[in-house]
Amino acid sequence: MTKHDRAGAYTASELLAVMASRLLKDGQIVFAGVGIPLLAATLAQRNFAPHLTILFEGGTIGPFIVPGELPPSTNEQRCTRRANMVLPITDVLLLLQRGYVDVGFMGGAQIDRFGNLNSSFIGDSDNPKIRLPGTGGGNDISSLTDMIVAMKHEKRRFVADVDFITSPGWIKGRRTRAEAGLPQGGMWRVVTDLAILGFDDQTREMKVLALHQGVTREQVQENTGFELLFDSKLETAEPPRPEELAVLRELDPERLYTA
Amino acid sequence: MIGNEHRMSTGTLVEPYQQLRKATLARDRGLREKVMSLEEAAGLVKNGEHVAIGGCTLSRTPIAMIWALIRARKQDLTVSRSITSTEGDLLLASGVCKHIITSWFSQGIVWGVSKVMRHYTEAKLARFDEWSHMSIGLRYRAGAMGVPFMPSRSMVGSDVGKRVGDQIRTMACPFTGEQVTLLPALNPDVALIHVQRCDAYGNAQLDGLQFMDIDMAMAANRVILTTERIVSNDQIRRTPDATRIPFFTVEAVVEAPMGCAPHECYGVYEPFFSSLDDYAERVSKDAVAGCKQYLEEFYHAPKSWPEYLDKLGMDAVLDACRRGRSVHND
Repeated sequence: MTKHDRAGAYTASELLAVMASRLLKDGQIVFAGVGIPLLAATLAQRNFAPHLTILFEGGTIGPFIVPGELPPSTNEQRCTRRANMVLPITDVLLLLQRGYVDVGFMGGAQIDRFGNLNSSFIGDSDNPKIRLPGTGGGNDISSLTDMIVAMKHEKRRFVADVDFITSPGWIKGRRTRAEAGLPQGGMWRVVTDLAILGFDDQTREMKVLALHQGVTREQVQENTGFELLFDSKLETAEPPRPEELAVLRELDPERLYTA
Repeated sequence: MIGNEHRMSTGTLVEPYQQLRKATLARDRGLREKVMSLEEAAGLVKNGEHVAIGGCTLSRTPIAMIWALIRARKQDLTVSRSITSTEGDLLLASGVCKHIITSWFSQGIVWGVSKVMRHYTEAKLARFDEWSHMSIGLRYRAGAMGVPFMPSRSMVGSDVGKRVGDQIRTMACPFTGEQVTLLPALNPDVALIHVQRCDAYGNAQLDGLQFMDIDMAMAANRVILTTERIVSNDQIRRTPDATRIPFFTVEAVVEAPMGCAPHECYGVYEPFFSSLDDYAERVSKDAVAGCKQYLEEFYHAPKSWPEYLDKLGMDAVLDACRRGRSVHND
């Protein structure tokens, strides 16, 4: 990987975490996966969003992660440190359905032009080339709230149509999501190591909103398996600041998730 | 005994209500001691039954009971769990189970996609039914509530929903007209649940995350509890607010210290990371041979549960305990 070399002295994962953290707002309730989502949400809490609350699928409301003790999933005791409450899994997921959650935030294996995510099958689901681990709460989170996804920008990950819709985005664009029985939520932002992307308000096709420093439109398009839209006011995102990187390195000194 | 075969033969996805009530009524619900060995408890699980597994991913997995079922060479179990980790690999590779119902199945994000799960599912040697996490939870909850289905608002519009076929339905809400998903109740034959402490009657107290265990216990036709320690009924009665599973749902109580090793038990031990790395390395070279070799060394060769722990190693046990108990240090 040479992508992150051109961006300076930080890894692609660190770039993702910093850029994603800036999309969060103080006071939000954020349903976060482990890895980049947790790091980004914790970074936001430390820097500018002290009233942001993290929810973990394992059942935790409002934990603070101990630096250097990142959890291997959302379901271990490391996820409960200094939490306000622990709930059964079903009940914390029902908070999404009830409408208490502002943002769902997770990683992705494969995404398409309408923001649908696949974490179930590569190839035909009846005869898969690779059986992936599956949805976990991904299907619930993406069905019930606004989503941020953080992932590496590679052509094999950014495809015109996913092999299998595990977590629904805008389905086939326009009003198809609501018509499928999902009137709430939807894919809001995709953060990659090349750009920050959103979706067209009408067609719901993926659209580049900002490029990372030193990245060209052509590079983003080359690494995408379908034709991208580019915002008319395309911006260049401010590179990670030293103080942002310092927080990430304090949280993940062993580079478990930021290598 | 209302077993899975019986339900299969009636052709119903949801256990008929009268049958469920009859099975519950037939159970001995008296306040009685039910302490037994792992081997005796394994004898209560019949081939072909639906076994629900408590905990989630690497947490409070009832490994000791799974260990006993694999040693007893059970067959054709259907297994359900919120999220399935290494125990799923072992259940498939041992031949105990050929059908897993879960929302996510691999050792854990940091170890990548399970090659054992891939082998058995891609070669169609086993079935992995994928449901959204909330849907699995609501299925147990409907089972716990004694209702045949639960309405919800996910799984529609996705291929996860399409793939389970007519196991889910949608309908227009009779009050509002909006479309909702209907999830079928799940009443497992047996739930295997590991807890920090319980009494000899099966009154169980859980620390930390509960996962889906309470609904699972209420939904199941019977519960086998394993526990870090058995405490007196007097102690339970001093803090009844901490009791999460009532004795009358429980058929067996087994004292199994370190009963989740190498997984975690909140406040007692964290995951045995070195053991889990070792397992991942064994299955990374040759998934099936590596997993079978692991089963031979860790599941069949030891003469007892303490010998299994011995095989994991005193260093690993102490390290996991030091980290696990650290939540009580602040």
